[in-house]
Amino acid sequence: MNEHSFFFTAMIYLAAAVVCVPVAKKLGLGSVLGYLLAGIFIGPDVMGFIGAEGQDILHFAEFGVVMMLFLIGIELEPALLWKLRAPIIGMGGMQVLITTALITGLALWLGQPLRAALALGMTLSLSSTAIVLQSLKEKGLMPSAAGQSSFSVLLFQDIAVIPMLAIFPLLAPPGAAAMEGHSLRDGLPGWAQTLIVLGAVVLIILAGRYLVRPLMRVVARARVRELFTTFALLLVVGISVLMTVVGLSPALGAFLGGVVLANSEYKHELESDIEPFKGLLLGLFFIAVGASIDFGLILSQPWRMLGLVIALMTVKCLVLLALGRLFRLSTDQNLLFGFSLSQVGEFAFVLLSFTHQSGILPADTTSMMTAAVALSMAFTPLVIMVYEKLLQPRFTITESAAREPDAITEKHPVILAGFGRAGNIIGRFLLANGVRTTILDLDSDRIDLLHNLGIQAYYGDASRHDLLQAAGAADAKVIIIAADSIDQTTEIVKVVRKHFPNLQMLVKAESISDVFDLMELGVLHIYRESLDTSLRMGADALRMLGYRAYHAQRAAGTFRQHDEKALKELSALRDDKKTYLHTFKERIEEIARLINRDNVKPWNNETVSWDESSLIEEAKKE
Amino acid sequence: MTRILILFAHPALERSRIHAGLIHSIRDLQGVTLHDLYEAYPDLNVDPDREQELLLRHDIILLQHPFYWYSAPAIIKQWQDLVLEHGWAYGHSGTALQGKLLGNVISTGGMQSAYVRGGHHGYTIREFLLPFEQTARLCNMTYLPPFVIHGTHRMEQPDMPYCCKQYRQMLEGLRDDRYTPGALAEAVYLNELM
Repeated sequence: MNEHSFFFTAMIYLAAAVVCVPVAKKLGLGSVLGYLLAGIFIGPDVMGFIGAEGQDILHFAEFGVVMMLFLIGIELEPALLWKLRAPIIGMGGMQVLITTALITGLALWLGQPLRAALALGMTLSLSSTAIVLQSLKEKGLMPSAAGQSSFSVLLFQDIAVIPMLAIFPLLAPPGAAAMEGHSLRDGLPGWAQTLIVLGAVVLIILAGRYLVRPLMRVVARARVRELFTTFALLLVVGISVLMTVVGLSPALGAFLGGVVLANSEYKHELESDIEPFKGLLLGLFFIAVGASIDFGLILSQPWRMLGLVIALMTVKCLVLLALGRLFRLSTDQNLLFGFSLSQVGEFAFVLLSFTHQSGILPADTTSMMTAAVALSMAFTPLVIMVYEKLLQPRFTITESAAREPDAITEKHPVILAGFGRAGNIIGRFLLANGVRTTILDLDSDRIDLLHNLGIQAYYGDASRHDLLQAAGAADAKVIIIAADSIDQTTEIVKVVRKHFPNLQMLVKAESISDVFDLMELGVLHIYRESLDTSLRMGADALRMLGYRAYHAQRAAGTFRQHDEKALKELSALRDDKKTYLHTFKERIEEIARLINRDNVKPWNNETVSWDESSLIEEAKKE
Repeated sequence: MTRILILFAHPALERSRIHAGLIHSIRDLQGVTLHDLYEAYPDLNVDPDREQELLLRHDIILLQHPFYWYSAPAIIKQWQDLVLEHGWAYGHSGTALQGKLLGNVISTGGMQSAYVRGGHHGYTIREFLLPFEQTARLCNMTYLPPFVIHGTHRMEQPDMPYCCKQYRQMLEGLRDDRYTPGALAEAVYLNELM
């Protein structure tokens, strides 16, 4: 491979990844599928940029898997494992065992030899950590029962890969030249072979404890950033070489090395150094997998392909549903659990390429299975969507779905949208002053409680035009918006602006970014929930330090004016981007900017009030 | 023993020289209640019930304050508006304050010579204090001559102890009924009686 063709190939791969991954993510398919699509696109069946050398790259990129296992090892937290031991071993263990058994049985029934059937069973029992965790996190479902169960099962699967990698070489038919190269074990008697393997494992553990840590200290002390990266790479490569020499799986050794170093003080440096290489190589690996799929074969029998995928996912899903029932998940959670884990994971690609090389499975079967796995992954977002749209509403008793808005029978000059902490104080205050309000709230428990207390409040979404109409918005003078979330608040504001411009809006905000959002919507009267309380506490602190009460009171009042003015100025300076303030760091920066303003601008005129020094000056001159 | 209530009003006591010294010197005085209005009501939200009850428990009411713009700081006016209710302090049935004494204890930046007809300020202190005097009359109270500390803008540190001592003595005199009604009616400033 000359230099030009190397750079050309690199360019093709990188460009394909850069184009396809963002598109796949945008479509909700996740990055793994993006890489696969990139591979298919540049592969022999579509564009034909890469041909036979795709196989070489697959070999090289498999090193990404080794790195991934090193990272899994280093990230294993014994405390977390212990806490989740019941679901991990119970649910995870049973899922892997039962699914493996079922799929192996199916494969045998379809006429596969035992070795191949076992390999397929183990391979296809795994689910996709990357896809499932990503989509559950995106939907905020991680803390749910289904989310936690999914996490436990995925964790067990990640660990289960290690023994699988150890078992697979044993499944290789004796004749096939299994591993590349020759290992030290060749031609040795059985007991010596065992001894060498054990010795290598002990070597890794001892070296990790007593050699690598002091070495890392030396390397770290050199204070050359890239030297540490170099060392981290050397570590993983070294383990791989050692394992290959003794004829064991490099991935297994890397995992072990990771576990040994998990509680070293350089854990996080190692992680962050290896992470980008892992990401790059795994991306390359998935591209190579995509490029190696034989589309001619698949397109020749599309129905068989589709049937295979659906059968696979159904089997996996049924096993999961049974387990969920056994572990007492509620119906809706169980469905989510079963549906989201029903695909086959990215590790299947690793195991499939291994089975192909070691001759466990013939090339056309691996091609077929690789495509099936990829399709099952592609179906996952669709499957979760089916769950959300069709199944969840039936099995989840959500208040908002079950309860119709109340009929509103009274009309008052003030509509109070949201009767939470702030809303109930406002309502009480107004009532104490003889002003009745029409109370709307989305929390049905709260509404029922108010009814029990004899207070008339109405259940309903105040951002609905018809509900506001019924609440007398057309004739009311003021609407006080004190909803629980900023999203609800902005919805209500928009509807009021559009349909009831006669209403004066008083809007409660929580954070500074809420204030900015509301300012952008043109709201004039914005009240930050914490501002007055905080200033009162600050003023009382001044009093306790011996300041005069009146001074403290005025200082707080002046500060509030200054703060509101500064916010308005910052809002004018702010970017129009909606997402601007949403990360924590940016919020901190915003506060820092406000504090700077406090320092630069003399906000407190208190020093000038009632000052007689200029009068005294003048009197003395006379 | 006559009980004295001092309604004290200074919006920036931390910057005051005279009044800080004055109230410090009388804190331990028997029979004298010092009521710091700005400290009690920093939001100017004066509580009429509490104030009326305080008034009923005392015989002499002194308004102590700097003489801002020929009058008192804002909280004194707020106090008058809220506490001296019709039907309680004045009017046909308003006799709660009958027979009590009301007076001002003030400090001015200018010298006494500025407060004369044709002087820098054009009128006398007694003339400027007419609204208070008439307030006392309307509430069936007797108005005392004011206790005045003039020339605070030119006052030097060594003069302070003298003012404080004079103030304390004056309060003791009032408390112990040392001044005859005739002498009180005749005096222009309370300071003269010492």
